[in-house]
Amino acid sequence: MSSGFKPRKGGGVIAHFEPAEASILRSLVTMVLGMVEPGHVSDDPLERALGIGSSEAPSDPVLARLFPSAYSDEEQAAEFRRYTETSLREAKRADAQTMLDTAQAGRTELTPEQAQAWMRALNDVRLTLGTRLEVTEEIHDEIAGMSEDDPRYPAFVMYDWLTYLQDTLVRALW
Amino acid sequence: MGSTAPIAVERPSSDVRPDLPWVTIVWNDPVNLMSYVTYVFQTVFGYSKEKAEKLMMDVHHKGKAVVSSGTREEMERDVQILHSYGLWATLQQDSVH
Repeated sequence: MSSGFKPRKGGGVIAHFEPAEASILRSLVTMVLGMVEPGHVSDDPLERALGIGSSEAPSDPVLARLFPSAYSDEEQAAEFRRYTETSLREAKRADAQTMLDTAQAGRTELTPEQAQAWMRALNDVRLTLGTRLEVTEEIHDEIAGMSEDDPRYPAFVMYDWLTYLQDTLVRALW
Repeated sequence: MGSTAPIAVERPSSDVRPDLPWVTIVWNDPVNLMSYVTYVFQTVFGYSKEKAEKLMMDVHHKGKAVVSSGTREEMERDVQILHSYGLWATLQQDSVH
């Protein structure tokens, strides 16, 4: 199993992935790309050019977690969302695309910029999985007490591996 | 400044207090890692590791922490950056000191 990220001489980070690991990373980040695809597009060309999008909070719990409301007041939250969600979606797509393009079996070397993109994209993957699995802060105890026959077991172990990977990436960049 | 009889001053509507600064709040969640949240506070705000760690621990133990303050526009920008990192951030007008 991959031992995670380490600092690279001259900046950036380096990791080694097994073919199966690289394949899992690519399929998970592809799932995120699908989640954050462009949302509501206005019919008004000016609004489109200005990146003005939907003001409605997402009903899907994963999207609600990836695109949280900035205000507790619904009206203010809707106004903020209308002017910012489109660019937030674009930023998340760009990060996810960088991860998809660079996740490969064997030696994976990332520039400091690519490493930053990976850190955010990996976090979006964990937010997506974590929300779906309804993880809690007691996840380690939960996994330790889970039977390997539990249908949720493989997903929880994969989530735990992603957590480990992200932690090594943060520490390699510090 | 001369002294005059009191005149009726039009007061801003009840909950709008332009004199109060705005704050950005980060809320606890079970996914974001303690190391990652600390790193994000250092990167986004340029805080020292000590300050970033203290704020992260406040979020972790108290459920939320005020991580920055300023004008509404500045806080909207901070919230948007924090959302790009996947942190659960909101902004509001600071309550009366």
